Amino acid sequence: MDAIFLQFLNGLDKGGAYALIALGLTLVFGTLGVVNFAHGALFMLGAFCAVTVRRFLTMESVTLSATEKTPWGTALEVRVPYINTWFGDFGNVLVDYSVPISILVAIPVMLIVGVVMERGLIKHFYKRTHAEQILVTFGLAIVLQEIVKAIFGANPLPQPMPSSMNGAADIGLWLGMDPNILTYPWWRLVYFLFSVVVIGAVFAFLQFTTFGMVVRAGMADRETVGLLGINIDKRFTIMFGIAAVVAGMAGAMYTPLLPPNFHIGMDFLVLSFVVVVVGGMGSLPGAVLAGFLLGILQSFASMNEIKAIIPGIDQVIIYLVAVVVLLAMPRGLLGRRGVMEN
Amino acid sequence: MLTMNRKDILTFGLLALAVFTMPIWLAPFGASYPDLLQRFMIYAILAIGFNILFGLTGYLSFGHAAFLGVGSYTAVWSFKLFTMDGTLALLLSVITAGLFALVVGFISLRRSGIYFSILTLAFAEMSYKLAYSVLTPITNGETGLQLTLQDPRILDRMFGEAGAGLPATTFLGLDMGGYTGFYICAVIMLMAFFLSMRIAGSPFGMMLKGIKSNQTRMNYTGFNTKPYALAAFVISGMYAGLAGGLLAVADPLAGAERMQWTASGEVVLMTILGGVGTLLGPVFGAWIIKYFENIFSAFNDDLLAQIFSWMPDGLRDFVVTITSPFVGEGWHLTLGLVFVLVVVFLPGGMMEGFRRLGDLFRRQTPPDKASGKTSTQPAE
Repeated sequence: MDAIFLQFLNGLDKGGAYALIALGLTLVFGTLGVVNFAHGALFMLGAFCAVTVRRFLTMESVTLSATEKTPWGTALEVRVPYINTWFGDFGNVLVDYSVPISILVAIPVMLIVGVVMERGLIKHFYKRTHAEQILVTFGLAIVLQEIVKAIFGANPLPQPMPSSMNGAADIGLWLGMDPNILTYPWWRLVYFLFSVVVIGAVFAFLQFTTFGMVVRAGMADRETVGLLGINIDKRFTIMFGIAAVVAGMAGAMYTPLLPPNFHIGMDFLVLSFVVVVVGGMGSLPGAVLAGFLLGILQSFASMNEIKAIIPGIDQVIIYLVAVVVLLAMPRGLLGRRGVMEN
Repeated sequence: MLTMNRKDILTFGLLALAVFTMPIWLAPFGASYPDLLQRFMIYAILAIGFNILFGLTGYLSFGHAAFLGVGSYTAVWSFKLFTMDGTLALLLSVITAGLFALVVGFISLRRSGIYFSILTLAFAEMSYKLAYSVLTPITNGETGLQLTLQDPRILDRMFGEAGAGLPATTFLGLDMGGYTGFYICAVIMLMAFFLSMRIAGSPFGMMLKGIKSNQTRMNYTGFNTKPYALAAFVISGMYAGLAGGLLAVADPLAGAERMQWTASGEVVLMTILGGVGTLLGPVFGAWIIKYFENIFSAFNDDLLAQIFSWMPDGLRDFVVTITSPFVGEGWHLTLGLVFVLVVVFLPGGMMEGFRRLGDLFRRQTPPDKASGKTSTQPAE
């Protein structure tokens, strides 16, 4: 029982990442009708926002000490992070919390990246076939990936999580079990809660604001909304920016769990596409549901007991589920009638 | 041959001429070494096969590399178990890849559009992941499948003793090294191209084109399109198997990374870059991409400085700094940019570019003729 519950928990954080990326993909597809293969690259850009923020926070001033000498007789280099000279001890706190802080940077950066991408390239592909959309965004993803590789190098760059988040939460204790039976790393818990909050925020935004209402109307019937004198294109562009922000935040927060490198986005993208298709193209709740579902399934499949029965199942479970769902349910889990059914 | 029209014969003849003289005319571009030329031919076969599925039938497969990988593994196993001669290896790899494509295609073709792409992608990723994990006894995992001295090689042993060291691959008794290897690959590629040309011109090819342009209408007119699409998928998979087998014949080694989805993406890039649905396009696309991969990626700052040595010093340094991120390690950046530009401005690929260029010249000539005519007319 404990083991099952533990695997369930283990699937939540990865499921959260899948759900966030899939949510963005679905938003873009539902609004603009564009299949965006560059969405994984946005996740990757978000992760590198976190890397950049940390680099800025840990920049140091180097001065040669007048009095102290190194054992080799040269003047000792004294390295003082700028942040300490400016903020004192508070600077250390800032460095410690660089990953959560990077979200504040990631939001405007990703919004700009998203809007520029949409206006600059995607907008010309509304009317083209899905195959061409896939191809152009795939090319764009390669370009973004290579730019990041040129700047940051090809190696993964581990990002530490805030020191207070090290260690594990004793969830079993909260549920009235004995201590140390059911523990779960704090950061994974944070990531899961974060993904739930972001998903909730996106849904609330679409459901309870006028802007969201117009966007939903546009998703249902773009032409009519346009005829009513609403500039729907502008709103959809902003939705693309929001999708980029969601992907970027997901990427930035994921860095302590998985050191980012330049192709982290592609790795997630392929899985997220499977998630979107399993959930049903164009269905936001479907994307979220399928994201968590597949994350949890993957975590169950990596249990040793299950691997003993079906070897290698942990590697292929997601694809296997995708094949079964696609063949058995033409619309995916929660897909709407009439959206890309054939 | 008799039913072929003049244009096809001309195209085929020109291509054959271009291919056989490749070691000569590619020399100034630094690409005339046999190893690269062999890969030109092999990837051209892969792209030609992919074009039968994507270009003619309109199904975008994102898992084509799986068949390439299966072909490679089969060929290496054939070397290990039976004989070092490539004919049997190629035959077996085409058959295996065909059977694998039959299974994958039968399932994947129940859906179309993006769902088909995702299904093929899922199958390819499954093969890739399994090749790395559970199927290690067959695929030798990350190390890749290699020849060893302990291999049985039943047929070879029947006719002679095993020599010292690892034997080299042969094809119908010919050594696969050097330019012989290239010409063998070239002949096979031309045969593959000829077959694809015949397929495109046949009633079967017309059926495939019909499926691409409007599958529903085809169904309404009474054709059951499924068997045709499946046949196209299997043929295309067999082409990929042939290419994979040839890769192994050229270099008897097979690794799982050949099956990764980036490899599938590369085939798509080749076909798009050259021109989807055209006969020659995929071949050109494959050549261009393989050329960039091998030549562009070998560039470094020193070489760039040499190339731009005719410029004044300051300007040269500037130009070298600007261009260096695009070559060497970063050649993928160039590839991505070129690719985006092609999809945006030239959706028909290089072949459309050629056609537009041709139109440009043709449009210029008629006025000349017209003016020529008017000038020769006697004044009255």
